[in-house]
Amino acid sequence: MTAETLKPKQKRFNTAYLFVGPYYAVFFTFVVVLIAISAFLSFTYYDTINFPSWVGLENYVTLFTQDADFMQYALPTTIKYALIIGPGGYALSFFMAWVLAQLTHRVRTIVAIILYSPSLTNGILMSVIWKVVFSGDARGYLNYWLLSLGFINEPVQWLQDSSFIFGIMIFVGIWSSMSVGFLAMLSGILNVNKELYEAAYVDGMKSRWQEIFYITIPSMKPQMLFGAVMALVGTFNASGLASALSGSVPPPQYAGWLIVDHMNDYGFARFEMGYASAISVVLLLVVLVFNRVATRLFGERRG
Amino acid sequence: MDNRQKRPLTKTEKTIRRFKRMRKNRKARFLGTMINPSRFHVSQLKFLLILVPMLTVTLLPLIFIVSHAFKPLDELYAYPPRIFASRLTLDNFTNLFTIASQTGVPFSRYFFNSLVSSALVIFLSILIGSLAAYSFSFLKYKGKETMFMINQIAIMIVPVAVAVPRFIVLSALGITDTMWAHVFPLLAMPVGVFLVKQFMDQVPRELYEASVIDGANNFQIYRSVVMPLVKPALATVAILAFQAAWNNSGTSELYVTNEALKTLPYYFSTLTMGTSAIAAQGMSAAANLLMFAPNILLFIILQNSVMNTMAYSGIK
Repeated sequence: MTAETLKPKQKRFNTAYLFVGPYYAVFFTFVVVLIAISAFLSFTYYDTINFPSWVGLENYVTLFTQDADFMQYALPTTIKYALIIGPGGYALSFFMAWVLAQLTHRVRTIVAIILYSPSLTNGILMSVIWKVVFSGDARGYLNYWLLSLGFINEPVQWLQDSSFIFGIMIFVGIWSSMSVGFLAMLSGILNVNKELYEAAYVDGMKSRWQEIFYITIPSMKPQMLFGAVMALVGTFNASGLASALSGSVPPPQYAGWLIVDHMNDYGFARFEMGYASAISVVLLLVVLVFNRVATRLFGERRG
Repeated sequence: MDNRQKRPLTKTEKTIRRFKRMRKNRKARFLGTMINPSRFHVSQLKFLLILVPMLTVTLLPLIFIVSHAFKPLDELYAYPPRIFASRLTLDNFTNLFTIASQTGVPFSRYFFNSLVSSALVIFLSILIGSLAAYSFSFLKYKGKETMFMINQIAIMIVPVAVAVPRFIVLSALGITDTMWAHVFPLLAMPVGVFLVKQFMDQVPRELYEASVIDGANNFQIYRSVVMPLVKPALATVAILAFQAAWNNSGTSELYVTNEALKTLPYYFSTLTMGTSAIAAQGMSAAANLLMFAPNILLFIILQNSVMNTMAYSGIK
């Protein structure tokens, strides 16, 4: 009909942009622009009331040379936490996925739902339950059990000692580490072509360990990478647990004080948005480095 | 050992050895096909044994939530502590609802806000996400590869890192004190777009071409051909979007000042942060249960779709 006459003009506009447009509008506003603003503000002093004033690299210099809380606690604690929870939770997720793959469909489904459920809980709200379990008096479940089993003679102040707080954080992190990545790896293991295993056994493969390292993992590298990325995002998104557990900001001896906590402290408690932005840029760079490592390990080599 | 080993093997001995090796291999081959078994076998017991401590540790805190939520006040601080209550009560839930009314904003208001914002996030993120995924999977246009690659990188970005500038953008758009403040920051879900696109890649291209020949335009193909076929992926994105929206307390905490526009998780977190009174403990457990239940129910209902989607979740 009229399309015939309009064709030369319409040819210039591709309807594909109507499909991708709305998503990219939101994506640019709430992802790309946010990162750009973060990067810009990190070179300024900004108290949310006055217009940001340019200070150059001052925020970064202060962060790395004068901010003892950052260099002594936030940065090393975050890296330590990420190195334990990232690979630890990831390896456990893979191992659990592999174990589940050896079971029948019904059992597997039930166990998978149970293992996945901690990642559905609300982190901040869960601190109430952790407080009950790790309470410092004899009424706390852990203290009570240890006392009645004779391992300790008096209640331990789990939530006031910095090393215990960090330990509890690790426990909670591992407890909730079986998330979307775990499901991806489980379905990856289930979808490995069975003929590959048979062929490998005919060729002289001997053990189930060889099976994992020579067949399973190489056949599901894409899922392994997806799982690794999800594990990283989950790890670095954690914040506020130590404060919620100990009931004070910052927690005793800055135990479990993560970069995100430090950033929120400057951004939303002291309103030093420029400085907080510099911290967020450092955080994004740290995440980027970890992601590079994951991509190197599991990504398909090009070229 | 002794030097009998060094004697060259006779032909018969060689044949026997080869036969033994074959038998061993056949046994090994049986071991190898144990992934995704169709029925129970004694050899699976060792895996169940590994799972017992794992499941205990995973389940205990969840059991605490449920048992604490229904425990009467006097039993919450009883000594010795008991896992299960001897008497069940709904007091914690009624306290939760009535205390909210005392702050001026009724519980139902927080609940309504949470419900509406979560529903909007699910609906809109699926709509714009699936449109974008459709374009990535089926359409040809300039900049497609770059856009998809940027989306891929964005999966790795940690949302908390941009909390500060989000405040600035929300106020620049003038939506800090509206329902949209809860919705907009969650609409761009790079993981969701990625999962739906991967799933759409499995739709046979012949189907798309046949629909084009039949005269359907892209919006018609998207609506009536592709969308019904990718329902599992849409269900997965719905779950992820719901989790993000339903558990999100940051927006209420940082960007929304009007108490009547805040959501449930924020209200619940004020209970846990403020007091350490015994009553708060029971109420918090009840709150935990109310937050957790919809998440887990939705996952149980849709878990088949989720597993189906995850089969195509690999990043290359």
